Amino acid sequence: MKKSKAFWVYIIFALVIYTIVQVMISGGSLDLYYQNILIQMCINIMLAVSLHIVIGITGQFSIGHAGFMAVGAYFSAIATMNLGLPFTVALIIGAVAAGLAGLLVGIPTLRLKGDYLAIATLGFAEIIRIVFLNIDYVGGAAGMVVTNMTTWTYAFVGVVLTILVISNFTNSRHGRGAISIREDEIAADAMGINTTYYKVVAFTIGAIFAGLAGAIYSHNFFIIQPTTFNFLKSFDILIYVVLGGLGSLSGSVIAAIFLTIVSAYLSNFPETRMIIYSLVLILVMLYRPTGLMGTKEITHLFKFGKKGGSKV
Amino acid sequence: MLKVNNIDVFYGNIHALKDVSIEVKESEIVTLIGANGAGKSTLLKTLSGLLKPKSGTISYLSQQINGKQAQSIVKSGISHVPEGRRVFSNMTVEENLELGAYLRKDRDSIKKDIANVYELFPILGERRKQQSGTLSGGEQQMLAMGRALMAKPKLLLLDEPSMGLAPLIVKQIFEIIQMVNQQGTTVLLVEQNANMALSIADRAYVIETGKIVLSGTAKELQESEQVKAAYLGAL
Repeated sequence: MKKSKAFWVYIIFALVIYTIVQVMISGGSLDLYYQNILIQMCINIMLAVSLHIVIGITGQFSIGHAGFMAVGAYFSAIATMNLGLPFTVALIIGAVAAGLAGLLVGIPTLRLKGDYLAIATLGFAEIIRIVFLNIDYVGGAAGMVVTNMTTWTYAFVGVVLTILVISNFTNSRHGRGAISIREDEIAADAMGINTTYYKVVAFTIGAIFAGLAGAIYSHNFFIIQPTTFNFLKSFDILIYVVLGGLGSLSGSVIAAIFLTIVSAYLSNFPETRMIIYSLVLILVMLYRPTGLMGTKEITHLFKFGKKGGSKV
Repeated sequence: MLKVNNIDVFYGNIHALKDVSIEVKESEIVTLIGANGAGKSTLLKTLSGLLKPKSGTISYLSQQINGKQAQSIVKSGISHVPEGRRVFSNMTVEENLELGAYLRKDRDSIKKDIANVYELFPILGERRKQQSGTLSGGEQQMLAMGRALMAKPKLLLLDEPSMGLAPLIVKQIFEIIQMVNQQGTTVLLVEQNANMALSIADRAYVIETGKIVLSGTAKELQESEQVKAAYLGAL
């Protein structure tokens, strides 16, 4: 009962934000530049939340998330550009392809722990990137031209869906199992929790939504290139999650929004952007070592519903 | 109830358990004593499925369980309290207990069992909403035991419950182990505190560098010169 109430609060909250922005867009007060930032923000939130389920909930330190984004981006682009499928179908293809890639990568690598897992996932992401770099069918290093199909609506629905699925997973019995792995894997094993299974499930769900984000991204930028999905992109996503607070969904949402705004205003000075990024990270880690939100959710502050606030 | 026949366990190249055989009978308290690195915890981890033996068999209630997954072993009634307590520290006491019953589906009796654990460890009841990471060492040990009991085990594997605790708390914990045993749970207790362990156990095994070197009733071992010299501090 309590759960379904929170669910409706979340849906109404999402609808309100959507309506406000939509009215502003059709009223003309948000030009293409701001719309683009909003879409970028949505993509970053999806990436952050999809990595949050892997690192924040299950405690598996994966730093190859851009690889799954790349899979989603390329497969959906192939679907629309080369096969002429509708955009919605392409989004699903991108997400499913990334999910399969996550399953494939997850089963062997999730036996590893800590640093070893981080290095292995990083390696896999690079392999994915280099595979795309060497396939002429998708344009190789020159990249692939993609028509702009993403609208604010697609991006926002993507965010709502991502948060809904991942917060439901977290609050379920399965989520409890995953959190217990983060807390103490040996104890979780000893309690009879199938740790390998939950690690792979969380990793795959994360990959699916990273793929969806990638698909939305590829149809927003006119061109996709393998270099976009290098390890720096993985680190960008990691920064959202760590800055927001490991284990806090609303934290990663807030951090993604905040850093998108910061980097949008600094986009003319890419070098400065990285310096500010680093400075922000150092300051947060010094004064709030557990991230902006720690493991708490924004709902703990207000005591209603769930979902991270938005500063749109 | 539990029969371990000639198992060998390896960590990579390291031969940790060499041809180990032990037996635990229904409703006994059996203790396994030995120095650091002797292989006590390795044996427990092998029993609960966290490690797989390279050779040998483990039979439990006349079923072979070696090589089975940890979760099916827990389901069959073996519950392991790992060394160093390992509570889920960002969760409350109650959530820890609920996770102990993870494989059970009977909601009503889970509630009843949580109440039972609070009866056995009243301090946990007082702190049910507290984050378990903020409990004292002794309370965490009690929570780890309570959590294992939530799986309704027939056989409880305890890995050094006295580790790092004050003598008074150790005494309390051992009294509770006896109580749990009297309520019908068989206990296999791994300890360094040989004196305490032998005082509550029915039978005991002594393990040294991966081999069982002595076995007998707890009384016999308490009198044995070898054990006295090595573990009890002979005068």
